[in-house]
Amino acid sequence: MLIRKPCDLRHADVTPKPVYLDRRKFLASAPAAFLTARELLSPRGRALAGTRLNNVTKSPFSTTEQMTSPDVVTRYNNFYEFGTSKNEPSRYAQNFKTSPWTVSVEGDVAKPRKFSLDEILKLAPIEERIYRHRCVEGWSIVVPWIGYSLSAVLNLVQPTPKARYVAFESYWDLKQMPMARPDMAGIEFPYVEGLRLDEAMHPLALLCVGMYGETLPPQDGAPVRLVVPWKYGFKSIKSIVKIKLVSSQPPTTWNMANAHEYGFYSNVNPEVDHPRWSQAKEQRLPSLFKNHPTQIFNGYASQVAGLYSGMDLKKNY
Amino acid sequence: MLKSRPGRGTGKWTKAVAFLLCLAPFARLAWRFWMQDLTPNPLEFITHFTGDWTIRLIVATLAITPLRKLLGVPDLIRFRRMLGLFAFFYGCLHFLTYLWFDKLFDLHEIWKDVAKRPFITAGFTALMLMVPLALTSTKGWIRRLGGKRWQQLHRLIYVTAVAAVVHYYWLVKSDIRLPVLYGVLVAVLLLYRMVTSVTRRARQSAATAKPAPASP
Repeated sequence: MLIRKPCDLRHADVTPKPVYLDRRKFLASAPAAFLTARELLSPRGRALAGTRLNNVTKSPFSTTEQMTSPDVVTRYNNFYEFGTSKNEPSRYAQNFKTSPWTVSVEGDVAKPRKFSLDEILKLAPIEERIYRHRCVEGWSIVVPWIGYSLSAVLNLVQPTPKARYVAFESYWDLKQMPMARPDMAGIEFPYVEGLRLDEAMHPLALLCVGMYGETLPPQDGAPVRLVVPWKYGFKSIKSIVKIKLVSSQPPTTWNMANAHEYGFYSNVNPEVDHPRWSQAKEQRLPSLFKNHPTQIFNGYASQVAGLYSGMDLKKNY
Repeated sequence: MLKSRPGRGTGKWTKAVAFLLCLAPFARLAWRFWMQDLTPNPLEFITHFTGDWTIRLIVATLAITPLRKLLGVPDLIRFRRMLGLFAFFYGCLHFLTYLWFDKLFDLHEIWKDVAKRPFITAGFTALMLMVPLALTSTKGWIRRLGGKRWQQLHRLIYVTAVAAVVHYYWLVKSDIRLPVLYGVLVAVLLLYRMVTSVTRRARQSAATAKPAPASP
């Protein structure tokens, strides 16, 4: 099922942050003072404002594809709790309080437990995994996430034989997220997602606490989120407060909003169109053109296709 | 349409201002393109930007007739053709964005989209119906068609407006507030026309009918 690829990236291969932020090149090019001021005032100059994460190891799961600038990843977000426009979360999530934080892992498990964020950070060695991330809307990015396999947490609480699915729940608080209302966002809250237990136990499924060497910015799902690289982005639930092991398929937010368009599985598949657009191609942001071919299971078929053998992927979209 | 103009100088001046105002969004888009300031998703940004201005200008075009009556400024008619043509202009940019950046002129894929996906069919219909209106927008064509027939043809803008709202409503993922707002605006503007046309007819038939004896 799992084919390990040799690690072809060394730490020296990671583009340094200043280059990403373009700051030096920008200041060196001596543009008009007006532009300098604009750059410093705009959120671009401070793409990431998190804490540096230490002792991050490299992962053999990382892709060698060119990473997307953090400038894109932190300014373009689908996080409806902080507004339905892509540029709203980076503005309205800045004061999101992520400490103290607890994640409750419960349900059909032998040892239910509440984890503090500190405990989460120390539960397993953290790795950097450079994954492709494909949104159901047709765009994609390549992100150096930091975290460890979700299975580390699940194994710790010991799922009982009854457990067949894992249900996830996001933080929801109207005081901090005044736009997180069904009448404004058009979806129900709190945001919920789910995986089959074998999907959740797959080593590629990442419990993520950071990106680009730092803790997660609020708009990208701080302080802890899921990253399921072979599924459309909305499966990768942000700001998790609850993980519950259950015996039957749990409800998921976008499926409840529109079951016809968003299935429980939502595996990336260029052959299964979204009812309103083709999924054959994608835009690698910030490209203007939608000319990048989409791969089945987002290019992770050799690792995950076995999870779905014998299943009709058109029916189980 | 062919009403005599008040002070010729003022007429020219206000029209030039209106023209520049209509062109301003395009200038802004071009500037942001030049500055490479098109957000992390330029395709989505340009698509939404041009789509937004198309539907705004369609609504503005439809608003001219009611506003002339309600504000008592019949002279507003001078701006209607310009607004309509600019709506068509932004609609063409919107379509070109889709053809070029989204589909890279892949005709097979485009045809599949238009035939298979209702929201694209609606948008395509809205734009196609504007083509004859843009072509016959000149004074020469009004003369050739005759005022009455020209007016009938140009009622196609009602279908365009409805199709544009439907296109917008069908394409949003979940937050329907803006398409609903445009839907309400278009509904009000079309309802206004229905009401005035019914009352006009009633008045006409009352005028042509023999004076009825006063009711007791």
